[in-house]
Amino acid sequence: MSDITQSGPVLAADGTPLKRSLARALRMQKLRALMLIAPLLLFILVTFILPVADMLFRSVENRIVQDTLPQTVEALADWDPASGQLPEEAVFAAMAADLQIAAREKTHTKVAKRLNYENPGVSSVFRKSGRKVSKWNLAADGPFREKLIEIDDGWGDVELWRTIKTYSGSVTSGYFLNAVDMQLGAEGPEIRPENERIYNTMLIRTMRMSLIITFSCILLGYPVAWILANLPARKANLLLILVLLPFWTSLLVRTSAWKILLQQQGVINDTLVWIGLVDDANRLVLINNELGTIIAMTHILLPFMILPMYSVMQTINPSYLRAAKSLGATDWTAFWRVYFPQTVPGIGAGSILVFILAVGYYITPALVGGTKGTFISNLIAYHISTSGNWGLGAALGAILLAVVLLLYWVYDKVVGIDNVKLG
Amino acid sequence: MSALPPYATVGQRTWHYTFRVICGLVFFFLIAPIVVIIPLSFNAQDFFTFTPEMLRLDPEGYSLKHYRDFFNNDSWQSAMWNSLKIAPMATIVSVTFGTLAAIGLSQPHVPFRRAIMAILISPMIVPLIISAAGMYFFYSRIGLQGTYIGVVLAHAALGIPFVIITVTATLVGFDRSLTRAAANMGADPVTTFFRVQMPLILPGVISGGLFAFITSFDEVVVVLFVGSAGQKTLPWQMFIGLREQISPTILAVATILVAISIMLLATVEMLRRRSERLRGMSPS
Repeated sequence: MSDITQSGPVLAADGTPLKRSLARALRMQKLRALMLIAPLLLFILVTFILPVADMLFRSVENRIVQDTLPQTVEALADWDPASGQLPEEAVFAAMAADLQIAAREKTHTKVAKRLNYENPGVSSVFRKSGRKVSKWNLAADGPFREKLIEIDDGWGDVELWRTIKTYSGSVTSGYFLNAVDMQLGAEGPEIRPENERIYNTMLIRTMRMSLIITFSCILLGYPVAWILANLPARKANLLLILVLLPFWTSLLVRTSAWKILLQQQGVINDTLVWIGLVDDANRLVLINNELGTIIAMTHILLPFMILPMYSVMQTINPSYLRAAKSLGATDWTAFWRVYFPQTVPGIGAGSILVFILAVGYYITPALVGGTKGTFISNLIAYHISTSGNWGLGAALGAILLAVVLLLYWVYDKVVGIDNVKLG
Repeated sequence: MSALPPYATVGQRTWHYTFRVICGLVFFFLIAPIVVIIPLSFNAQDFFTFTPEMLRLDPEGYSLKHYRDFFNNDSWQSAMWNSLKIAPMATIVSVTFGTLAAIGLSQPHVPFRRAIMAILISPMIVPLIISAAGMYFFYSRIGLQGTYIGVVLAHAALGIPFVIITVTATLVGFDRSLTRAAANMGADPVTTFFRVQMPLILPGVISGGLFAFITSFDEVVVVLFVGSAGQKTLPWQMFIGLREQISPTILAVATILVAISIMLLATVEMLRRRSERLRGMSPS
């Protein structure tokens, strides 16, 4: 044994200081790891993250008014909508000029559609005028105020001009306000009249039904997870297959099974009539309403509740329960004070997972929900594919995404994404 | 739980059996809807319920009529072939990228590991309708909407989280000294990967692949938006059938799909046990 007397930094075999050599090795390691991840990260960014971001951008994008009616927007800049007076002749002249170009390029219907979302009725005013204005001679045919109002009274309405002015910016909060049943009034955002509020109702319904589904899953899943965790391994494995089979079965198969079973002439009603619980004349309405969606979705999401609960319960030592009982606790106290608190992480993980999946569901509510049992997703799909109001669809999607991401973040804090298990 | 102690009171006994009945009912709820459609698919009539002949177990009440429909109907057949063309391609893409990334992610020093993981898992978390709408707009813009490649890319993205999760889980038990030993004996990284690491993590890779496959094979929301009539898949055809005029052929298709899921489930279970044995864990 001899003391190391050499001074100075410790050197690696090739003569470089060991510290630097190690740091380089670590850097290389990090770089190699990143190189392995990079292709996938790039792939996900291009095929998934960018599309979602692009869609979210549509919820605030509003270039169409500026692009189609540039002169009008400029002329309107000096007009004060609070005055209650119609804009000056210059604005009408600018509108006539813009409309002429727009009608030629057939873009006036698009801008009309856009403005119609905010002020129903605008669309017809634009459509009607577009055709006629294109025959005018802009230099000679003034004044345009009277001529436009002659075509359609709508031009004489201050509200119409206010709508154009309000939505002339290239970015708008209009879609988001619409998505929460508000509108941009003369004095900033205001709540819509009660009979026009549909999106809040829909959002609340989605939340409420997702909560009901989550609770039904807890209620049904808890005993099953318990019995799986406490049976001998061989039996438990056999029963686990009964949980995993639905998990692996196609979503559409399960939805069609429910659609068929829940019909008025379906197996469930037939059985109930046969037993005599239900009269043949008034069979139960189990489908195309909230109940149908709740039953089918509870069935579909139940495995996602059972599996996390089961994996938590497996780790709980059964001797705790025995200890509690030997110390004089009743069965109930032992369960409630000793066993149950230890299963809370499992319930939490399962609940967040089920709720996240439930709020974004589209297929099942669309097929078994009728009109009363549909979710916000169905409304988003409607706006994207049928009504063409993409901005509103995107705004609703952004709200839904925010809810889901918040829960995802909570899930990550509570459970950790790394701990997600499949099967 | 498994055995009731001899000193159990009447109340405890009653609860013990009541509890088992409750569990039995929940299991029934889980499995019955899937099981019921199997006999219904052999119905000789065009009904969605058991006919009196079926209940009497009369052979007259049963037939393969709906299965013949499925195999003779052009739209069902083309839907099936489309599914079989799209799902394997999507699986290959997600397994290739996913396995590489999972190996990268399980290195000891990865900068921004959590953030990267969150991004890679996100296709599983973001509601499908949002992914579908986003892809619809974006893919139309770059000319991929309504093409085979577009659908494959979209489905590959959806399958990736499953590959990442299963493969990283398998890699947790992977002994790093094995790769070092291989390198020590002169194997280059590629040889090490294919001869040492790959055979050991193969069960995880295959089950990840099966998850990716079933994700694509079952997927309907994204394909509804990203695909066009030329990419109409089996789930899409089922969705239309269920929404418009529901025909009993759906029952036959559903039964076939259940058979496929049973096969996939059995494979995944077998692989899981094998992988646990390999890692020296007692197979549960």
